[in-house]
Amino acid sequence: MTAVAIRTRNLTRTFETVRAVDGISFEVPSGIVFGFLGPNGSGKTTTIRLLLGLLEPTSGSAEVLGFDTATHADDIRQRCGALLEHTGLYERMTAEDNLEFYGRVWHLNAAERQQRIHDLLDAVGLWDRRKEPVGNWSRGMKQKLAVARAMLHRPQIIFLDEPTAGLDPIAAVALRDELAALVQQQGVTVFLTTHNLAEAEKLCQQVAVIRQGQLMMIGSPDELRLRQGGSRLEIVGRGFTEAALSILRQQPQVKEVTRQDQHITITLKDDADTAPLVQLLVSQGVQIDEVRRGKASLEEVFLTLMEEDKHVE
Amino acid sequence: MLNDIFTLIWKEWKEVFLQRSSGRMGLVSLLIFVGMFGIFLPLQSGVEWLVSPMSMALAMWMPIFLVLGLVTDAFAGERERHTLETLLASRLSDTAILFGKIGAGVAYGFTFALVTLIVGAVTINIAFPAGGLKFYTPALFFGGLAFSLLTCLLMASLGVLVSLRSPTARVAYQKLSIVMLVIVLLPTLLLPLLPEDLQMSVQMALQNINWGAIMLVAAVVLIAAVAVLIGLAKARFQRAKLILD
Repeated sequence: MTAVAIRTRNLTRTFETVRAVDGISFEVPSGIVFGFLGPNGSGKTTTIRLLLGLLEPTSGSAEVLGFDTATHADDIRQRCGALLEHTGLYERMTAEDNLEFYGRVWHLNAAERQQRIHDLLDAVGLWDRRKEPVGNWSRGMKQKLAVARAMLHRPQIIFLDEPTAGLDPIAAVALRDELAALVQQQGVTVFLTTHNLAEAEKLCQQVAVIRQGQLMMIGSPDELRLRQGGSRLEIVGRGFTEAALSILRQQPQVKEVTRQDQHITITLKDDADTAPLVQLLVSQGVQIDEVRRGKASLEEVFLTLMEEDKHVE
Repeated sequence: MLNDIFTLIWKEWKEVFLQRSSGRMGLVSLLIFVGMFGIFLPLQSGVEWLVSPMSMALAMWMPIFLVLGLVTDAFAGERERHTLETLLASRLSDTAILFGKIGAGVAYGFTFALVTLIVGAVTINIAFPAGGLKFYTPALFFGGLAFSLLTCLLMASLGVLVSLRSPTARVAYQKLSIVMLVIVLLPTLLLPLLPEDLQMSVQMALQNINWGAIMLVAAVVLIAAVAVLIGLAKARFQRAKLILD
């Protein structure tokens, strides 16, 4: 397998007047879960379609596993699995028949198909229900089956387009855990689009943020949090007077202070020392119950990015 | 390639039989079809059924209505049920998908034509046992099968082309039904409107017609039409267009 699984250079796709993907360039190393984050309509699905060679770019180029998407789309599809916007399951057919069909499509021999179907259905907890038509299943079960189908032929890359969209929180967590376990077992590269930031934070080693077709940021979740949010200090206590907060805001290591009832959040510049800030608050008569140091969540980073972009507009 | 085409035919058949077996009249309607053209009509015609090109042509023409139901669903149905994009994202080539869809329709209609022919021969032998074992003449039997294969191929190619261009399976079915009504019913409706002497001459011409020559011309026309329709379907089959439609 090549060290870089996916590479795009100024990838652009225009639909009449809309620029769905606008000159994005990024690289996805092999063997990681890569999160492609963005709000609805930001160009995530179009990017997947471009990478699978289902759409041709208006300009720019993309390579998947070293193959150009414009000229070697068949070679790419041969080596990739996909769970797209819809599950793509044949609802009149049973779970087993759905996998049997795609097993035949990928030329797995009968014994291999049987074994693989058993292993994957067992892994996602659907083996006992393999003889049921999938039309009557819940969305969560269908999503799990579709993930199993995407992994059936041991692809080198799996594209998952919002795999937990529309699932209730319990089903989403279950699918996420099973997805993580499957990915670990199979050792594939995963290109995952989502607008669920918690999901990205738990699953992805690298994430990219896209908005209105443009790439806003790329890096590991930790890098993004540090780059965008910096570290922060949360203090729970009593006696947060305006005077105390005002002095706090004047400290060189403090970027921002927000207050909510008996709880303040201090956003710090770089990796500042926090002990003097706590001492300062105590000297101002604040009674401190709890101090927590942490980083902004990916969700906060994402929202900040979206807000910043709105201000620029 | 052939393997991929058979895989797609397997899936299409699985789906159509599951659909039929889930409805109250699904599989029964297939039995009615075989009963009508394999039992009832042969009984009406008697031993003449085994030598009459007209009866053979009727029996061979009818399976196209079965093909119609299957092929209109080919792309429009997959698009409607959101399974098309996943299929297009698979390793299957354009040609394999297109020929798989056409092949499924052809195999479906042709199988029923073959079953109907055999049931017809069995019916005649049971109902009219005198004179020993009887069967179609080889020319009639193989000619009939070839004609059936071509009509099914024509219908499947036309159906797939219409299905490629239709938003839903229902719309595709409606479009093709109109075409079929015009082709099948128009001559039947127009014939009684002709002056009586003209009707007589048409009937005379039909009785004295050289069926062999007619079948040969029809076969050539059908092959040409099929080639054109497959060419059009291949030109129309573009993954990007199918996804954006």
